[in-house]
Amino acid sequence: MSVLPDTSIARNDSTSSIGIRTILLRWSRPLALLVLVLLPLAASDFVTFQLTMLLVYAVALIALNVLTGFTGQFSLGQNAFFGIGGYSAVIVVEHFHLSYLLGIPVAGVIAAIAGILFAFPALRLKGVYLALATFALGTTIPQLLKLDYIEQWTGGVQGMMIEKPMTPLGLPLSQDAYLYYLTLTIALGIYILSVNLLHSKTGRAMLAIRENETAAAAMGVDVAYYKTIAFGLSAAFTGVSGALGAIVIQFVSPDAYTIQLAVAIFLGIVIGGVGWLPGTIVGAAFIVFVPNVAESISKGLSGAVFGVLILLVIFVFPRGAQQVCDRLLGVEHKKD
Amino acid sequence: MTVGAARQLLSVEDVGIRFGGVVALDGVTFDIREREILGLIGPNGAGKTTLFNCLSRLYQPTNGDIRIGGRSILKCPAHAIVHEGIARTFQNVALFQKLSVLDNVKIGGHSRGPRSVTADVFALPSCGRRERELTAQARDVIEFLGLTEVEKKTVSDLPFGTQKRVELARALISRPKLLLLDEPAGGLNHEEVYALGDVIKHIRDRMGVTILLVEHHMGLVMSIADRVVALNFGRKLAEGAPSEIQTHPDVIRAYLGGDKK
Repeated sequence: MSVLPDTSIARNDSTSSIGIRTILLRWSRPLALLVLVLLPLAASDFVTFQLTMLLVYAVALIALNVLTGFTGQFSLGQNAFFGIGGYSAVIVVEHFHLSYLLGIPVAGVIAAIAGILFAFPALRLKGVYLALATFALGTTIPQLLKLDYIEQWTGGVQGMMIEKPMTPLGLPLSQDAYLYYLTLTIALGIYILSVNLLHSKTGRAMLAIRENETAAAAMGVDVAYYKTIAFGLSAAFTGVSGALGAIVIQFVSPDAYTIQLAVAIFLGIVIGGVGWLPGTIVGAAFIVFVPNVAESISKGLSGAVFGVLILLVIFVFPRGAQQVCDRLLGVEHKKD
Repeated sequence: MTVGAARQLLSVEDVGIRFGGVVALDGVTFDIREREILGLIGPNGAGKTTLFNCLSRLYQPTNGDIRIGGRSILKCPAHAIVHEGIARTFQNVALFQKLSVLDNVKIGGHSRGPRSVTADVFALPSCGRRERELTAQARDVIEFLGLTEVEKKTVSDLPFGTQKRVELARALISRPKLLLLDEPAGGLNHEEVYALGDVIKHIRDRMGVTILLVEHHMGLVMSIADRVVALNFGRKLAEGAPSEIQTHPDVIRAYLGGDKK
């Protein structure tokens, strides 16, 4: 057998600061969690509300990462699943008087069913065609929600209100803080499930599809099956995130779920780093806070400022937060 | 070299395929015997890759049959072919470029074991157990092919010759009966080609895998194949030992050109 060729190309660890890097790597996650747990204690109700929305979007970004980041399937229609989740939760809680804690998983299941149904036609499509098909879904669903037919369930054009859940068990928390911790718990749960998925046989099958479908099939990966799973899981997570969003905002309406939301979610995963789960927090922060920042820079031109900020990010850091993080840690190639 | 009972493993029976008006394969028939290295040669456009794609179920032959162990594989979808004991490599290397060597090989082991979405998402104990088994199996194959030092490297960072070996490892972890190699020598330099030839022989001798070698590189085919099938214009031109094929007038004519176009 031949001598092993030189493979020490991609080494880039300067030994001097390795101690700090290891510590940073090991403690970054617990530290981030600690910050997320403590933040609302110091924050006003409004900031707590914003932070809750940040977590809601983070879940939606994790969901799109399962589909796009892991499996390589584009979606510009995540607003549809987000909206289905939101409406499902409100209908289940307001019309059927189920508890909030039940409404959220029910919303996830309903969105998952929608995702799996959508997967069947989507399986035949690739690349831009798939993006367009999802775009079509994203433009259709908000309109359908306005139909007179189902107005008694959906509230038609006006949408529906939902009350904030009461803090249970006499916990010493404001309603906003309770909602924050509920969202944090669910977001963490979904984050962990996604990490599990990524490091499993199912996750590897998805990565294989992303990298090379023909080769994946030759390895015995049933491409259609795993794409369907990816659509279903992604829709389920997005549905949960939509349900949480509806409860936090206390309101659903068709106009809250337009295609702009799908674009924001798509933007979020690019900013965070496609396929990189820790980046979802950064992407979500971008969605929640950067429009405000843009507005503070120029009220009249806030859209333009926002656009310029996006361009800056994608030119300087095309791999988003992942790239920033890699550079800080001095890692050349990284995946997770 | 086909010692003892040279039973047939796979039979290609009168396989034909046409694309529109073009006949790409026309009544090709041959057998692959157990534990042999069969070379499939032919000039450009002879139909080698087309036949290869029929075997790996990317193309559906218009007529004829392909059987392994007496069973037709023509009804299997591409992803089920590995369950029939057939694994393959690709002409220009089709690895999962952004993943590590270990992950690539583990994906090659996808067919070993059932689907497990629920267990995987919730990280149930069964998932962890299977994961450890698969990792151990992957490490065995990686070691067998001398890739242990690079197992954590991202594939795209590796030289082409090493990537070829990773692809072999990824194919071998499924414990195939038949390994299909599509122009493995392509893109390798002189020394690498013969090193690869040793690896291929090693795989047959040590693992008992039958090998179909579709190859342009005459030197490689002639040095490691037990038998050779030559194709030209979609038809079988000749079949026999390497020495016979090398001196076969039709084969020489096909390669060097002659009165028959």
